[in-house]
Amino acid sequence: MDVIRNFPAVSILMCIFAGIISSGLKGKAARKVNAVLMCIVTVLNLATLMYTIELKTYFVYVMGMFPAPWGNELRVSVMEASMALFFCIVMMLSVAGGIKKLGDEVADDKLHLYYVLMDLLLSSLLALCYTNDLFTAYVFIEINTIAACGLIMIRQNGRTIEAAVRYMVMSLLGSGMILLGICITYDITGHLLMSNIKEGMVRALEGGEYAIPVLVTITLLSVGLAIKSALFPFHAWLPDAYGYSTVSSAAVLSSLVSKGYIFLLFKIIYRVIGFDIYCDSRIIDVLFIFGLMGMIFGSTSAIRENDIRRMIAYSSVAQIGYIYMGIGMGTEFGMTAGIFHIFTHGATKSLLFIAAIGLTDVSGGSRKFIEITGAGYRHKWAGIGFTVGALSMVGIPLFAGFISKLLFAEASLSLGYKALPALIVLGISTILNAIYFMKTVIRIYTPVENSGYETVGFKNGRLYTVVIIAFIVLNVVLGVASDRIVDLIHMGLAVFA
Amino acid sequence: MSRRKTDAEYSKTFAFKFFRWLSGTKDPYVNTVEMTPQKEYKPDKERMKWLEFEEKEAKEKVYDLDNNRVIKSYEKMYHAVAVIFCVALALLLLYTVSYLPRYGSEDRPTNNEVAERYIEQGMEETGAVNVVTGMILTYRAFDTFGETNVLFIATCCVMIMLMLEESVLESTEIFNERRYEPKNDRILQGAAYVLCPVIFIFGIYVILNGQISPGGGFSGGSIMGAGLILYATAFSFKNTERFFNEKVYKVAKITALIMYGLIGSYFYITGANGIANHIPLGIPGHILSAGIILPIDICVGIEVACTMYAFYALFRRGGL
Repeated sequence: MDVIRNFPAVSILMCIFAGIISSGLKGKAARKVNAVLMCIVTVLNLATLMYTIELKTYFVYVMGMFPAPWGNELRVSVMEASMALFFCIVMMLSVAGGIKKLGDEVADDKLHLYYVLMDLLLSSLLALCYTNDLFTAYVFIEINTIAACGLIMIRQNGRTIEAAVRYMVMSLLGSGMILLGICITYDITGHLLMSNIKEGMVRALEGGEYAIPVLVTITLLSVGLAIKSALFPFHAWLPDAYGYSTVSSAAVLSSLVSKGYIFLLFKIIYRVIGFDIYCDSRIIDVLFIFGLMGMIFGSTSAIRENDIRRMIAYSSVAQIGYIYMGIGMGTEFGMTAGIFHIFTHGATKSLLFIAAIGLTDVSGGSRKFIEITGAGYRHKWAGIGFTVGALSMVGIPLFAGFISKLLFAEASLSLGYKALPALIVLGISTILNAIYFMKTVIRIYTPVENSGYETVGFKNGRLYTVVIIAFIVLNVVLGVASDRIVDLIHMGLAVFA
Repeated sequence: MSRRKTDAEYSKTFAFKFFRWLSGTKDPYVNTVEMTPQKEYKPDKERMKWLEFEEKEAKEKVYDLDNNRVIKSYEKMYHAVAVIFCVALALLLLYTVSYLPRYGSEDRPTNNEVAERYIEQGMEETGAVNVVTGMILTYRAFDTFGETNVLFIATCCVMIMLMLEESVLESTEIFNERRYEPKNDRILQGAAYVLCPVIFIFGIYVILNGQISPGGGFSGGSIMGAGLILYATAFSFKNTERFFNEKVYKVAKITALIMYGLIGSYFYITGANGIANHIPLGIPGHILSAGIILPIDICVGIEVACTMYAFYALFRRGGL
């Protein structure tokens, strides 16, 4: 067996080890461990991706001596490896972008715990990507949830504590639903391994007596994951959690944590329930409608917002709506567009959060729109970064957002009665996006005469500039080399089921 | 009535003391056990005022209740919707349960080759007489490693929330540790004196016999954690710190988890690559048997005991 086949398991275990060791270190040492870990894990996952592209199919990695229905196993193909690599890169850049700000926001004696949470969060994201066992996925959902709560409340003030409690309540409701869904699935199929569940599902539906449990399972799993990834009516926890936590936490939560759950939903659709059975259930229409509503209501909330961080947070609701609209289309093209939008949104939203912190720092730390007038001149790179992120979200060609909007529009053409609402809402949502993002861009490039704002934090940090440039490059690469990435997604989906 | 003993002699006998205790005229614990009557609750006016002010400020400035119609209507709707949601979810689940296969019937889908191999070949393949332990620590070892890390990360989060700085901890220690209870409770200390060693030994027994009898790392660890909590309650945190302070906690927890991780990684990677595993399975039924189960049980036990005690200490006084 090739050595590279060990890499997914090794990268998950390395993250856990780094987390455990960091809990006994001081803050600075933990930061170094985290930085080294991110680099190594990124390289390992890159190698895995290269290997799977060459392999053209999936391979199974048995965790232990016992093969799959009895033991645990990982299943790696192009889809999982590319998602894992993307998670690693975005997390590395997000942590690096907020590293200087962290000193102001987190108490010194708790800094090492921040990196413990980051390490374990990465391990859980990788495990969610690679696992082929529904119960292993649930265990790592728990780790993911607790780590995300910690990341929100590590900046200790009233707002974040309230946000963390709200997040915890909603997230635990989601976890509970997922657990009940898994229980019912196990009861009617007798398996926890994803591929075996799918066979069991077909068998259970053939008899006809289990139609209702299957429907309830699909509902519980979908709604549970939708709550955890902040689909429109369940998004109440989101603005505070993203708006008041530390900048790296906000970037990681918005672009990775929710995407981890969405990727798990994709996995459940393809590998656990089966694409056809999932599409035949009415739940897919519900997700479609919620997605459309999220696209509009998220944007209108963002327009009303007077706080730049919360505006970006509300914009996440709209973008998550796009992804669920893609799932709700129930076609291969819709799914492809949804997965591409995971990449787009992950790369763009973290860029926007990191750039926003630069803009607010040169405006005396205030996040109100009136105060950030002209901030683009005071902090050039943050201004450029924010502009690129905004253009990408609105859907200007050359950037990633354009391609995902194009893919969504293309996918909706092949639909029957869903085509018209999808296209109309896509158009309205694009206009709304343009309103609030362009409003902000114009605002930060409006010259002001007295720029007497004091600078707090990290003006002209070199690492910060590098991170902004890297994010911009990532966005442009996603936008320009989109053909290759869409091919990769098609190739991944072919062997994903 | 004739008496064989004089009053003075009779008052020294056990019977006299016993009947006096029985009739309630004399309590032997008075003056020997610390008993402070509970103080009447007197609200701190300054603090109450400040809290009221803070609540008012929050309502006015953060939520702006007078002008925020969304929150106003939300408050009214909230309870109704919550009740309706819970009832609907419960009814939905009950309705679903009625369609599930009958519990215990032979043709349930769960009676398949997976459970069959666990039960029939479990002892042979894992060396553990206790099938459950064999299943969670050998067949599905990766899940259990994740589960142990859930405990670890939960303690980290409680630390973020409640851990105080050392200077603050020292200054508020007396206030936080014993606010309502007596300082040296003779009854509690007497009971703890007898019970603690038994609890610790029983916990160690349960951990070490995880592969032979019901039990294992999780249950044994929680027994030992309960013992630590009892000791800390009875003899105060100062005495507990002599053998279990933050440093010991860190070393024990990190060593246990790293050991678990190393054993686990060895098991996963050798197993996946088809390399021979050099951990002997031993004879089922012996203490030193069942391959990786015993060392993992010990690691899990230490981690669980540490977590239990850490939760108690952090909630109680904000430090270990």
